[in-house]
Amino acid sequence: MDAAPFTPAAHAPARHAPTPEPRTRLVRLLDRDGVRSEDPVFSPYVAEVGAEQLRDLYRSMALARRFDEEATNLQRQGQLVLWAPMRGQEAAQVGSARALRPADHIFPTYREHAVAIERGVDPAELLMVFRGHAAGGWKPSEHGMNVYSIVLGSQVPHAVGYAMGMNLDRRAAEEEGREVEPAATIAYFGDGTSTQGEVHEGMVFAASFDAPVVFFVQNNQWAISVPFSTQSRLPLAERAAGYGFEGIRVDGNDVLGVLAVSRYAMEQARAGRGPVLVEAETYRLGAHTTADDPTKYRRREDESHWAELDPLLRLETHLRRHHGTDDAFFDEVAAAAQEFADQTRAHVLSMAPPSFEEFFDKPYAERHALIEEERAWYAAYQAGFDDDGRDDGRSGGDGTAGPDRGTQASSLTVAADPVTGAPDERSAGTEEDLA
Amino acid sequence: MNAAPDLTIAKAVNAGLRRAMEENPRVLLMGEDIGSLGGVYRVTEGLKKDFGGHRVMDTPLGEAGIVGTAVGLALRGYRPVCEIQFDGFSFPAFNQITTQLAKMRNRTNGDVSVPVTIRIPYGGVIGSVEHHSESPEALFAHTAGLRIITPSNAQDAYWMTQQAITCEDPVIIFEPKRRYWLKGAVDTQRPAADPFTAQVVRPGEDATVVAYGPLVPVALAAARAAEEDGRSVEVIDLRSLSPIDFDTVEDSVRRTGRLVVAHEAPTFGGLGGEIAARITERAFYSLEAPVLRVGAFHLPYPVAAVEDQYVPDLDRILEALDRSFAY
Repeated sequence: MDAAPFTPAAHAPARHAPTPEPRTRLVRLLDRDGVRSEDPVFSPYVAEVGAEQLRDLYRSMALARRFDEEATNLQRQGQLVLWAPMRGQEAAQVGSARALRPADHIFPTYREHAVAIERGVDPAELLMVFRGHAAGGWKPSEHGMNVYSIVLGSQVPHAVGYAMGMNLDRRAAEEEGREVEPAATIAYFGDGTSTQGEVHEGMVFAASFDAPVVFFVQNNQWAISVPFSTQSRLPLAERAAGYGFEGIRVDGNDVLGVLAVSRYAMEQARAGRGPVLVEAETYRLGAHTTADDPTKYRRREDESHWAELDPLLRLETHLRRHHGTDDAFFDEVAAAAQEFADQTRAHVLSMAPPSFEEFFDKPYAERHALIEEERAWYAAYQAGFDDDGRDDGRSGGDGTAGPDRGTQASSLTVAADPVTGAPDERSAGTEEDLA
Repeated sequence: MNAAPDLTIAKAVNAGLRRAMEENPRVLLMGEDIGSLGGVYRVTEGLKKDFGGHRVMDTPLGEAGIVGTAVGLALRGYRPVCEIQFDGFSFPAFNQITTQLAKMRNRTNGDVSVPVTIRIPYGGVIGSVEHHSESPEALFAHTAGLRIITPSNAQDAYWMTQQAITCEDPVIIFEPKRRYWLKGAVDTQRPAADPFTAQVVRPGEDATVVAYGPLVPVALAAARAAEEDGRSVEVIDLRSLSPIDFDTVEDSVRRTGRLVVAHEAPTFGGLGGEIAARITERAFYSLEAPVLRVGAFHLPYPVAAVEDQYVPDLDRILEALDRSFAY
């Protein structure tokens, strides 16, 4: 064999291979100067959207932005354990959420704050997660919106399965001669998540079962610090062709375009014409989360470029130039947004932490022997602290207080020693150390 | 129908699935090759023909997709039963099982249940290749939010399948694949016991052997062999691996004073360790000897030619009993 010398360059991935030109056109109905254009396919979906509805969209986007700012502030002040800002993605979220009907079901990531608010989720419910008070926060059954997914990509097959269930419901209704309201699911995810294997499997299953699902990617250009170019060489919308369904690219900072494309995609799915992939090209203007520092990985020029494409700015320009909307409206929206922020702050500050005991009720629907054993042990352990007759912090010795070491407590090793002794000893030690 | 026909475990699972599907139109089966083929072990044979492809779904090849879409179907009000073709292929679905299925109820504050059943044929000694003979039950038992059961006989296979499907919580059924052809009486009128309890399957006085799934017949054979040596050995079929019915084991040990736990999974980090620890805490003064574990070695499941020496057999259980009696 002709032994060519090994060079890393020859075997390394072709990092500088030419990236193919996107074949999918970008849909845009409102350009960066706020000028509205016509699109033969998508304009009919927003034909009725006039000044009043545009002002309403603006109001929702502005309130979401102010809410997001307030949550960031609250995190900085130590009132939230974490926050995932969505600044810059208001058009993608409000535009897509407005295309949904109550019967549709949403499967979000952890950044879909504007979608949740559009769906009637109370800001207090939403912030419980970020306050560290709940793993989910709201009832999916009340809002037609599942709770946030932290393990990214996992929600995509859920949306597909739910949509498969909608197909089965429709089939059952037809057999019984009942009418059923057409509905679809929408799975939100980002450009980083698009790499997850479960997104791929979800799309294969969706195509195989003709599931009424819309895959809505907010390509905000960054997976924490990793740029979009590391996730994909082509727009994500182009992947749809490989699965055998339609993919659409839309300017994600154009709320009108997003609304039109989302209405179209949901209509396709509801009508049984299979899944649609929508890629909304946008930008996360802030950090990934409040634990992140974007100055370490992205250039100020890029940020200012995208700041000029701000979705609120664009709609404001349009409203001022073409609909005679003046300062009075924007001042009124700003005041409403401030009030919303104040309410949000008040909600957060008044939240009482949950009791630990209630978490024994949550993981199982039916009685579970181990949970009951540990619940009983914990209750007895806690009761030990309340015993007036305890002596030097120790309890349980007389059998009237503290864990019953003969039975319930026997499964946890900590009970081998009287349980309230340890904290007292620790605090005594600390005092000595300080002295 | 006669009260007690003899069925293989595979046929008993099939009959259990059939009855569950007849009783509830929202019960669905999904998995690779489960439709026309009837599953690689033919456990779902005939069900697609009788219930249709919309209820017995041949899925694309993707375990995360199978379990992930089952979660979505359950959120929509269906009761999906997923088949994972072999134990080693449960790992591509591990994320969906442990971070999603197990935690969805907790995450939604109890607003939604996800009553998904996952059937996983498990265990060795079938003479196959890598990833077809594993015992990963402890990896799942460690995750709160799941329930895990494993039948060892046809009666349990028939009823526990149905009990898993009607349970509001997610249930994994580890099916002992090398016992699929083991025949036993199935009483279709009388339900088996609560699936989350252990059962004494052979009473004894001198020592207790706890086993589950594929090792129950081995433990019974060991007890019979010990009897020839004048030892009376009680055998407990654990049946449920999460939760574990420690009460039944403790009661037995308080009478016999000796405990050997046997499973096919590697001893290290296995459920035998959990049982040994709990029983030692609960019944320390009743024990005449330390709780001993019989399991496989801390090795990847070996090639078929030597698998007999990896998986515990009757002699390894007898050896442990001898060690216990030597104290």
